[in-house]
Amino acid sequence: MFSNPDLQKLLFGRLTLDAVPLHEPILLITFAMVGLGGVAVLGGLTYFRLWGPLWRDWFTSVDHKKIGIMYIVLALVMLLRGFADALMMRAQQAMAFGDVEGYLPPHHYDQIFTAHGVIMIFFVAMPLVTGLMNFVVPLQIGARDVAFPFLNNFSFWMTVAGAVTVMASLFVGEFARTGWLAYPPLSGPAMSPGVGVDYYIWALQIAGIGTLLSGINLIATIVKMRAPGMSMMKMPIFTWTALCTNILIVAAFPILTAVLAMLSLDRYVGTHFFSNDLGGNPMMYVNLIWIWGHPEVYILILPAFGVFSEITATFSRKRLFGYASMVYATVVITILSYLVWLHHFFTMGSGASVNSFFGITTMIISIPTGAKIFNWLFTMYKGRIDFDVPMLWTVGFMVTFTIGGMTGVLLAVPPADFVLHNSLFLIAHFHNVIIGGVLFGMLAGITYWFPKAFGYKLDPFWGKTSFWFWLTGFWFAFAPLYVLGLMGVTRRVQHFDDPSLQIWFIIAAFGAFLILLGIASFAVTLVVSFLRREELRDVTGDPWNGRTLEWATSSPPPDYNFAFTPVVHDHDAWWDMKKRGYTRPVSGFQKIHMPRSTAAGIILGVLSIVFSFAMIWYIWWLAALSFVAIAVVAIGHTFNYARDFYIPVDEVVRTENARTALLAERV
Amino acid sequence: MTVRFLRTLLLLPVFGLLSGCNMVLMNPSGDIAMRQRDLILASTGLMLLIIIPVIAATLFFAWRYRQSNTEAAYDPDWHHSTHLEVLIWSAPLVIVVALGALTWISTHTLDPYRPLSRIDASRPLPEGVKPLVVEVVALDWKWLFFYPDQGIATVNEIAAPVDVPITFKITAATVMNSFFIPALAGQIYAMPGMETKLHAVINKAGMYEGQSANYSGSGFSRMNFRFIGLDQAGFDAWVAKAKQANKPLSRDAYLELERPSEREPVRFYSSVDSGLYGQILNMCAVPGKMCMHEMMAIDAKGGAGKDSHANRARLEYDNRYAERGDEGNAATVGGSGRESHSSEQPQGMKPKSIAPDVTPRGAAEQPGTGHDGHAGHGDHGTSPSDGPSGADPVAPGQLNK
Repeated sequence: MFSNPDLQKLLFGRLTLDAVPLHEPILLITFAMVGLGGVAVLGGLTYFRLWGPLWRDWFTSVDHKKIGIMYIVLALVMLLRGFADALMMRAQQAMAFGDVEGYLPPHHYDQIFTAHGVIMIFFVAMPLVTGLMNFVVPLQIGARDVAFPFLNNFSFWMTVAGAVTVMASLFVGEFARTGWLAYPPLSGPAMSPGVGVDYYIWALQIAGIGTLLSGINLIATIVKMRAPGMSMMKMPIFTWTALCTNILIVAAFPILTAVLAMLSLDRYVGTHFFSNDLGGNPMMYVNLIWIWGHPEVYILILPAFGVFSEITATFSRKRLFGYASMVYATVVITILSYLVWLHHFFTMGSGASVNSFFGITTMIISIPTGAKIFNWLFTMYKGRIDFDVPMLWTVGFMVTFTIGGMTGVLLAVPPADFVLHNSLFLIAHFHNVIIGGVLFGMLAGITYWFPKAFGYKLDPFWGKTSFWFWLTGFWFAFAPLYVLGLMGVTRRVQHFDDPSLQIWFIIAAFGAFLILLGIASFAVTLVVSFLRREELRDVTGDPWNGRTLEWATSSPPPDYNFAFTPVVHDHDAWWDMKKRGYTRPVSGFQKIHMPRSTAAGIILGVLSIVFSFAMIWYIWWLAALSFVAIAVVAIGHTFNYARDFYIPVDEVVRTENARTALLAERV
Repeated sequence: MTVRFLRTLLLLPVFGLLSGCNMVLMNPSGDIAMRQRDLILASTGLMLLIIIPVIAATLFFAWRYRQSNTEAAYDPDWHHSTHLEVLIWSAPLVIVVALGALTWISTHTLDPYRPLSRIDASRPLPEGVKPLVVEVVALDWKWLFFYPDQGIATVNEIAAPVDVPITFKITAATVMNSFFIPALAGQIYAMPGMETKLHAVINKAGMYEGQSANYSGSGFSRMNFRFIGLDQAGFDAWVAKAKQANKPLSRDAYLELERPSEREPVRFYSSVDSGLYGQILNMCAVPGKMCMHEMMAIDAKGGAGKDSHANRARLEYDNRYAERGDEGNAATVGGSGRESHSSEQPQGMKPKSIAPDVTPRGAAEQPGTGHDGHAGHGDHGTSPSDGPSGADPVAPGQLNK
């Protein structure tokens, strides 16, 4: 491009045309599809003149409900990418036996399993959890927004920036080939030269900032902004699990940030934290990343437990059994989750006493978890269970997760782990708890709270179709992996010699196909429900005969959530209000103080993408420039005093009167 | 003896169900792996005591208290029962106490660092039995085995006499791997600059599959080796075979062998440069490098202060791939020299020839003897023993048949 290589290096760092994979058909097709899709979306937005509303009402919005929805949209989009990776791996492993090499050479396959893990954990599971907490928690505690509305918007855009960075690696350069936790020395500068691990580091660092800030935000919200009367032991269980999860986030994510920062120093400036030589110690990285990594597992699962608690009580038409023990179980899990990290590497040569300690603490976590399962069980006991879609997910979860929990405890026995570690048995186990626990929980939660967000229910037929495809698909995909694990087959293998294994991988690939149908059915659910929205409409704001405060307001809730802050007497606050013959106030409204939208979050997000891209490709001038720009925008935003406004009383009256009319019409 | 009862109870359906496939972990051939299997079955049995009732109750309650069943009791405000609360916390607690005890004991008795005390369930280890020592090095992407007492070394194949305890000392050259022979015993990580240990014994003659269980870069999928259990005579013949290879493993030959490559054939080395394993472990196999234990000795005396700087270059070891021009194990564009998502394979992804290029120091190479490694395992057919090493070469994945 330039005759002077020094000039090119100065301007573009290590970015050259070779970085764009123009000869790789899989990527070209993907790129073409993404391009066409992008053009269609952009064209549609322009045609329907949606740019203005999108920018004003969504991108720059500090409304926790909209941010929550945007998190979930991000997660569902990234789920498609992560699942495409999964399908590619399943296809490769189903065909690559003996002389057949499969269609993915090792260096491509390695990127795919790394990207799959990173995307599914950081850009699917995390945004689903954060999005749901964002949407639900302020409504459940009777608040009008989160404690720091701008921070919330900023956190979301940092998560998007991380996701964009990962996606960029698909079309410009390559992604890491190290596995999703990038153990050194494999991920160090000597063994992973190139941009792959740098993409990994910067994507996680940027998204990690968002996650951490959102954790602080939600803790402050839950601690400071609960409706009058809502003492800690009157908080809904989902809010409790959200509180514990965010405490875990705030305590765990700085460790990830620090360990990745040290790895960056090793890679960028030649320090030796995790190298083999000059005093470095890769085992330290393994310890540190799992001191974050194990709490991360509970960060994901606790909100799912919260969702199931809400759903079980609502759909059993019965008060949650053992509220107090549910709360204690959640808190105990939160604390214990810090005492188990070593079980991820019993095989690294710790002594028997250390291994036993961590094995036994891991087993102890199964006690509060078991108590939770029993609590849901006894909530169903003597209930009147309505098997609507959220409840189906819940029962599917209880059966699936129990088995995943059992194999997890088995892996916690160190000598058993010696043979099962890094095997497909392990893969089956953690998919069993993450799909059967987190994902089922999030899909149940989306179905449950969807009418609150959009004012109409999701179509139950397609919802049930999706559930059954997911459930059977899960078992077809992962039961064979349990068997293969017992046959001594390890993870991350691109090619096999033993043809007798093939049948199991073919069954697993079939399972992945069923899950694909499950995902497709979910997409159909969204479309069909949108088309049938008038039939599925809920004007009451309480379509499930709910128990907690979010069902007290309209669906979708007004910007200010509640015209009057409710007063709480019970942990099933709305149920209690209904029982005591609550009548909705129809007059006496006042103007409402609300936070104002700002574009600072999205601008900082875009600048962060530029910064990380420049750092990854060694384009130092751009990195410096974008860093300065980030600082200027961030500091500049602190001088923005137009941070709030009042919703005039007329508008509140208009909104509330419209609702009064709607409710009267229904009666 | 509940455990034994549970085990028997479990074995029947488990074996019935899966007799069609070869689950090596459920039917291993070494005592350690056998005890690990028993532990898996006993733990699973213990947990099923609570898991089965929970799943059954879930399905039963879901069916019994369905909305359409108006005959079932309905008590919307029933939400507390001290008796049940005690039960739901104590039932898992009881199981965990039992499992915890089992864990504590088994983790200590099956500690890979602990020398064996028995040959199998019925035979304690006789006094004065000297274990077979094997030093294991995980290379990119093959396994190098030293037999210090026999003075030989092999690539991608190890043998051991049946019912003789084996002491593995395990390290790696560049990145973390995991040394795993499923039929023999559990795995342990192989890490550069560090030594892990594993004690095990094989009880049945046969050929078994070994592998790296921890992802280590491009050639990881083909980083298999075979483990052969032989009777004593067969093992002696196997050692003699290696000796006859008449090919020494010098430091130079090692440095050539160390370069990244995959699908390496089995090789035998009749002798080994003294101290080579120690040099690999101490990250000083490259001439001119300072061994880690030397540096540690200096540090133990209080360190050399600013004078240490003179040693810095001699302590740099991770950079040797780059200096030799070998591609890093997980290199990506910007560092790999290939274009993005290139269909071209990285170097080292094909088996390469080693011996002809290198003239080992102090040893006369005898070309054309047919033992230069490329003959692989096939010429074992002449072995006087009837051990399985006489079998035709087969893909490692099929070894357990």
